Amino acid sequence: MSFVRQTGAVAGKDLRIEVRGRYALGAVLPFAATLLVSFGLSLGPGRTFLQQTAPGLLWMAVTFAAVLSSRRSYESEAEDGALEGLLLAPVDKAAVYLGKLAAIAAQLLVLEVLVLALTAALFDLPLTGDLTQLAGGFVLGTLGLAGVGALFGALDVSARAREAVFPLLVLPLAAPVLVAGVKSTALATSARGGQAGGWLGLLVAFDVVIVAAGTLVYGHLLED
Amino acid sequence: MATTKPSQAERALGKLTARTGERVLGVLSIAALAATAVMSLVVAPPDRPPPVGQGDLYRIMYVHVPSAWLAYLCFGVVFVASIAYLKTGRSRWDRLAAASAEIGVVFTGLAIVLGSIWGKPAWGTWWTWDPRLTTTAILFLIYVGYLAVRKLSDNPRRRGRWAAVVGIVGFADVPIVHLSVTWWRGLHQGPTVKLPTITLAPIMTATLMISLTAFTILYGYLLTLRLRVGRLEERALAEALSPRLGQPASALVDQDELPADGNGRPVLEEQGTGPRA
Repeated sequence: MSFVRQTGAVAGKDLRIEVRGRYALGAVLPFAATLLVSFGLSLGPGRTFLQQTAPGLLWMAVTFAAVLSSRRSYESEAEDGALEGLLLAPVDKAAVYLGKLAAIAAQLLVLEVLVLALTAALFDLPLTGDLTQLAGGFVLGTLGLAGVGALFGALDVSARAREAVFPLLVLPLAAPVLVAGVKSTALATSARGGQAGGWLGLLVAFDVVIVAAGTLVYGHLLED
Repeated sequence: MATTKPSQAERALGKLTARTGERVLGVLSIAALAATAVMSLVVAPPDRPPPVGQGDLYRIMYVHVPSAWLAYLCFGVVFVASIAYLKTGRSRWDRLAAASAEIGVVFTGLAIVLGSIWGKPAWGTWWTWDPRLTTTAILFLIYVGYLAVRKLSDNPRRRGRWAAVVGIVGFADVPIVHLSVTWWRGLHQGPTVKLPTITLAPIMTATLMISLTAFTILYGYLLTLRLRVGRLEERALAEALSPRLGQPASALVDQDELPADGNGRPVLEEQGTGPRA
């Protein structure tokens, strides 16, 4: 099997698990919605203030959703010795990483469309302006979040990692995604629009560094 | 992998961290720190009195700047040692990364606290979202995460590999973090507080150089202490495991790290108490 086919097979397997189990849709999305409502309650109800903070709240919800989805991706591996099977299969470790990354990113992108719609409704975030840049920010930011999540989610095989260590790793490492994602969303939806180019470039740089480093070192996380 | 001959870099590291090196570094760092204290508190003149200058307040620079320098030095060492560990599998690189990360977290925290103490009278606030401060805070959190990962597994090899991955990815992330928070502050509004541009008198520059040297020597000393503790921990583990695994303890640790007796056989006890040739 070629490298691309291997990657596709791993991604397909993870997405099939999601389609059958509906964890992202059944648990992560309601969690993100609860988070947004809680943000609204804690900061509310001034309309202008909520509108200004909406991009930040939206990306916080996305970041938490990424943490949950990445962990789920490895929780299913921990059951029934699935991870051992995956490691014994004649596939490149980098293909496992990229496949998991692709599956997490695909789930997150679907979630983000729904979370974005919810933010627009709850906080009056205007969905006008430069929609190409808005979408670009989400696609690039999601790749970065999935890149970090698919890498360090592998630590989830340790019982002690499940509690706090994984988010402790992901949140500071993904700080550039949070900053650049919020800025790109705010600029793309602002009245002038189309000012987010620099931030999209920063997201590209982050994605390249994380995915390249992740592809190189991923095998070391799993070898025992 | 553990049976190949140690490289030049590994030999040099071994020499530096032997007991003699440790004592020399200890004496040197005490002397250098004493010189720093005298230079920065007595010899270096105060800045112009406030409100024009900072008076005596600026003197915190002589500990703040070296702390920040050590933070980056330590994490740079973690990065290099992590790569070396993944490449060679030798546990000494893992111990070096662990020791350096612990020291780095201490000095990053110190740099942040000292900066806050300086910032309260100088800027009127303990904290400001200045790019440098924000980057340092995120750096601190990343390496607290690194130390937390080291606690996840009791299996030394697994622990080493996991930590090395965090050490590599974390350090590669730092420039992007810095760029992002710089733009974050810069694109929309100028910095609310500007770092004062201090033109240093030659005596102040000299004091700062002495202080930087002293802290760097101190880093070397703390490193040798922590590395020795790491070696002892590894040996204790090997001794505890050897009866169960049916192998001599010396087979469970990297051979080249053990002090050898006259016949080239490794000695398991610490130097000084073990048999001598």
